Amino acid sequence: MILDILMNGLITGSTYALLAIGFSLIFGVARIVNIAHTAFYMVASYIIYFCIQKLGLHPLWASLVAVIVVTLAGLVSYKFFIDPIREHEGAVLIATIALAMAMQEILLLIFKGDYLTVPSLISGYLSIFGVKVFYQQILTFGMALLILAALWALLMKTRLGLAIRSTAEDREVANLMGMDESRVAMMTMGISVGLAGLTGVVIVPLTTLSPFMWMNPLVMMMAVVVLGGLGSIKGSFVGAYILGFAVTLVVFLIPMGAYLKDSVALSIMILVLIIRPEGLFGVRFEEER
Amino acid sequence: MGIFGFYLKKLYTIFKGEVLVLPSRVVVVLFVLALIFLPVFTENQYLLRIMVLTSIFAIFAASWDLLSGFTGQMNFGHALFFGVGAYTTALVNLHAHLPPWASIPLGALAAVLAGLIIGIPCLRLKGTYLALTTLSFPIILIGLVYSFPDLTGGELGLSGLDRLSGSRLSDYYITAGLMLGLCTIMWKITESNTGTIFHAIREDEVAVRASGINTTRYKLLAFCLSGFFAGISGGLYAHFMRIAGPSTLDMSMSFTVIIWAIFGGIVTIYGPVAAVFILYPLMEFFQLWPEYRMLLFAAVVLFTLLYMPDGLIPWLRDKAETECPRCKVKNIATRKKCRICTADLD
Repeated sequence: MILDILMNGLITGSTYALLAIGFSLIFGVARIVNIAHTAFYMVASYIIYFCIQKLGLHPLWASLVAVIVVTLAGLVSYKFFIDPIREHEGAVLIATIALAMAMQEILLLIFKGDYLTVPSLISGYLSIFGVKVFYQQILTFGMALLILAALWALLMKTRLGLAIRSTAEDREVANLMGMDESRVAMMTMGISVGLAGLTGVVIVPLTTLSPFMWMNPLVMMMAVVVLGGLGSIKGSFVGAYILGFAVTLVVFLIPMGAYLKDSVALSIMILVLIIRPEGLFGVRFEEER
Repeated sequence: MGIFGFYLKKLYTIFKGEVLVLPSRVVVVLFVLALIFLPVFTENQYLLRIMVLTSIFAIFAASWDLLSGFTGQMNFGHALFFGVGAYTTALVNLHAHLPPWASIPLGALAAVLAGLIIGIPCLRLKGTYLALTTLSFPIILIGLVYSFPDLTGGELGLSGLDRLSGSRLSDYYITAGLMLGLCTIMWKITESNTGTIFHAIREDEVAVRASGINTTRYKLLAFCLSGFFAGISGGLYAHFMRIAGPSTLDMSMSFTVIIWAIFGGIVTIYGPVAAVFILYPLMEFFQLWPEYRMLLFAAVVLFTLLYMPDGLIPWLRDKAETECPRCKVKNIATRKKCRICTADLD
């Protein structure tokens, strides 16, 4: 039981962390609230399903195809639908909602509304104190950590990472320092959507696919981002595991928990915000309040 | 006859001088006339049903604009008010057997209460934090609805409510009349001093506070007013559909109202109303190709925004009317001189 909770909490938390960091990156750099973020994650999962089940590709190649296609799709939709109306916050908001809806409908047209599954990369399980821990779960968790580490290295150790961080901190000054703001935004969009694709890759063997699977992670992802503080990578990371474990505990310990898990997680977020309106690790910018 | 003729002539002069001079006013008058006389031409039940739902959602969209457009308090969870209104109306109607004219106002009051409850924690939050926090309230409520199926009917919702009125035709006149009345009230609110303060809060809250205005009170007021109107629309919806289910609290409901409002143009009240009257029947028209319905809807929204990021109605209005540079009065775009002060336009 405890091990179950631990394993599920870690995996749920890692998924939220991957999604939330991508969402938080593009918000920090370009001030875009990308509602379609989890829709890209859904598209990636479907591409993997299609490549493995219909084309018979090896899961590894399928994952690669998925990440590349999703990243390209993200960049194209950014260029055509979001970039021209960047100055109008409300318009960007509903443009991303409409994008998410469009993706949902396209998937619904192609794959119908059925629930689909993808086989695990590796089968079998490990017995720890009599509790089954599937290799796939360990793999998912490990890959999530690996991706997070790589992202950290990208943000902290490279020039691009520096540009992203400084643009997020102050767009105008970054522009004055010679960073091409719109190019940084474009790159960040690519990284952000790529992260959504990678999340799809690591999580797809553990979930069932449906064209409505973007809604629930979207809410939790936003809750994580707000809880951790907008634009703070560390905050998203910590917030993701807090909410991941909260959700898992509720599901395992409370009867009717499956219905209440979102309510409890979101209530935690609201409680934290009442005490600290800028989230756990958020920074208060005077002009943005 | 003399005095009567005098007033008739005066009325005609006012009509000619105040209404016919501006395309937007003509459109509003034509719209009201069309609403009144629609049942004369057709009593198609399906068409009337669409018009009833359109009117209900027009109130809903306008109430979002009152809160989020005017005070800038981005509310992503507006379905909360709609759902609370619908559920309260349903509970009151089913258990206390109150008729619709009593249960709908009670539902609206419950929505005001919901506005107060979510308004208080939200007062400390700004911008995106606020938007993402408000998104969570309806979802929390959905969780509660599912976990107490005895009271709320769970996934099926509460069904078997009283009809709004005897017939579809009277339903139509009630909702259309309420829509016109309530939207006029909302528009009047935004034109009043309170509305000016709402505007100012969106533009610069610190400056408003520095002018000695209690912004907290006004933001709470905006939450309550908006909740009230959204609650009425929720109650109407519950009585018209005769069911109050979890779909009224759904995230897609919150998103749809935002799409309507921004598509029509925020900070106008009439923009969201017009957007609902365009988009909702359009959705029904797209029923012809059921699989492509939502996709077409999304495409219409995306491509409209690409060319008119401020919304459809302000864009049209800008094309049709110009503002006099001297006296700030609106003029039809074809005029060369201002109709009031004869200053050169453009």
